[in-house]
Amino acid sequence: MTGLKVPRDRTIATATALLVGVAIGSVVVPMFANTDPLGVGDIAATGLVPPLGRDAEGAFHLLGTDRFGRDLFVRMMLAGRISLFIGVVGSLLAATLGTLIGAVAGARGGLIDRAIMAITDAFLGIPRLVLLLLAVAFWQPGISTVLIVLVATGWMGVARIVRGEVQGVRARPYVEAAVSIGASRRRVLWLHILPNAVGPAIVAATLGVGNAILLESGLSFLGLGIQPPDPSWGNMISGGRDLIVTAPWVALVPGVALILTVLAATLLGDGLRDMLAGEGAGTARVVSERA
Amino acid sequence: MIPAFLKRVLGVLGLFWLVITIVFALVRFAPGDPALFLVPPTATAEDAARLREELGLDRPVVVQYVLWATSVARGDFGDSFTTRGPVLEILGNAAPVSFGLGLASLFLTFAIGVPVGMLQAAFRSRPVDRILTVITTTVYAAPSFWLALALVAVFTYGATKLGLPPALRLPAFGLSTPGASLSGAAALLDLVRHSILPVATLAAVGAAGIARYTRSGVADILPRDYIRTARAKGASSARVYGRHVLRDLMPQLVVLFALSLPGIVAGSVFVESIFAWPGLGRAMLAAIEARDYPVVMGATVFYSAAVLLANLAADVALPILDPRRRRAP
Repeated sequence: MTGLKVPRDRTIATATALLVGVAIGSVVVPMFANTDPLGVGDIAATGLVPPLGRDAEGAFHLLGTDRFGRDLFVRMMLAGRISLFIGVVGSLLAATLGTLIGAVAGARGGLIDRAIMAITDAFLGIPRLVLLLLAVAFWQPGISTVLIVLVATGWMGVARIVRGEVQGVRARPYVEAAVSIGASRRRVLWLHILPNAVGPAIVAATLGVGNAILLESGLSFLGLGIQPPDPSWGNMISGGRDLIVTAPWVALVPGVALILTVLAATLLGDGLRDMLAGEGAGTARVVSERA
Repeated sequence: MIPAFLKRVLGVLGLFWLVITIVFALVRFAPGDPALFLVPPTATAEDAARLREELGLDRPVVVQYVLWATSVARGDFGDSFTTRGPVLEILGNAAPVSFGLGLASLFLTFAIGVPVGMLQAAFRSRPVDRILTVITTTVYAAPSFWLALALVAVFTYGATKLGLPPALRLPAFGLSTPGASLSGAAALLDLVRHSILPVATLAAVGAAGIARYTRSGVADILPRDYIRTARAKGASSARVYGRHVLRDLMPQLVVLFALSLPGIVAGSVFVESIFAWPGLGRAMLAAIEARDYPVVMGATVFYSAAVLLANLAADVALPILDPRRRRAP
């Protein structure tokens, strides 16, 4: 797979820029904020300032403040750290696990393949959110739990794709050539089969970032993911839920960063898929489950 | 034809058994003791032990598994830890709400998503397509709970603030107006008004996804020879799309129907929670909070059965809709 050159595609460039922008913002903005995004100030003076408003102490708030007078823009970017980290790492780990499982199934074939695929299909038979809820419900909520559970429920799509690709690549002449000159099974799998089969897995992993972020935010929204006072986009939206009629911006503002990030990940995945499809590497159409 | 069908059914039953096993393993190997959550903090260790025995939690895991799997096979999900009533009764009361919500949303998802995707494909790369692509991709990226809250903000808070007519101030809570004893058409209208925001939320997210797939699916179909032939014969656009394109798209749509069910399920959990609809999702969330194992497990099995059945239905329908697949085993 020689597909990942400098992106010339406009979609890919825009999406990458957007993702990098959110990432840099989430690192930089909280560092230079003059207010503490976790602290509680003078609520009467600074609480529930609408977007583009000034509080009673004269400070300007781009996206307004929440009921504790915390600046929503700063908090939103701080939440981006956790949400982005979980989205990217969760999706990467899930794709890695899926690649390994799919590669073993595709390369071994026979009974092992059938057993693995049966288990994969059974996992796919449980709606992912329900599976997530089931797993999260009985474990201590927190970042590591959310990560583990995202990986445990997110490997199946990639496993199926990689298995199919491996089966396709296995029949190519260069694999036969490698086998015939005496390369070991493991060497053939790692050096000849997998590098030619991971393209669609990369696409699925990229699309998976958006999914993982949505699912994390969903769990946090329900109070089963990232716990306050650590901000995540999901628990920020949840925190403004009871203010939706009086101060709707508190719940709606964090969603903007969330939507932009998921949008960028989706566009990047689409762009990569089109690029790979252009090279005849097969298309990975993953119907993903949204929160 | 019949042996192939039987094989599929057996396959689905096998998968169902695996699902039951996975659910059991996930719940039983998780840390935490439900008995400790169900006794008051003042209770002694003996009280907890008695409760554990009563609920069957003290038996070996294998015994618990066999007992659970065989009762599920008989359609018995045990008793709720909290209400002490049968789980099936709780799920049975909640299922129609979720089923209605899901069915209405699925219908709208396809009724809106397919035409929008076709329109985009027909005007590919033109302004209409670009605008619709921005809209569908953005809605597709939005979490259902955020969309739901945004709709609530617009149609309750916004409606009063913008001075919209009372008909547009939509209710955002429950299934019916509390305290009002309506009947007949008035009750139905009340239910419809309460359904608009929840169904719109789910249908918007679903339709955005379906439009994305329809657009690329139709784009694959349009260059085919028989489309050119139909056009050459002078068939109208409506006939080309409504008949020839749709016919070729149908098998993909059936697969999408099965694949979009988990998404509808996920969305309905959030929507039921936000709009306080007494459906399966809300029952499951309440059970999670109360550590009510049997209800959580039962709801999971319910949802999974729906997904597996939808997949089976799609499998069976495919060769009927697509003659090219009829000879496949």
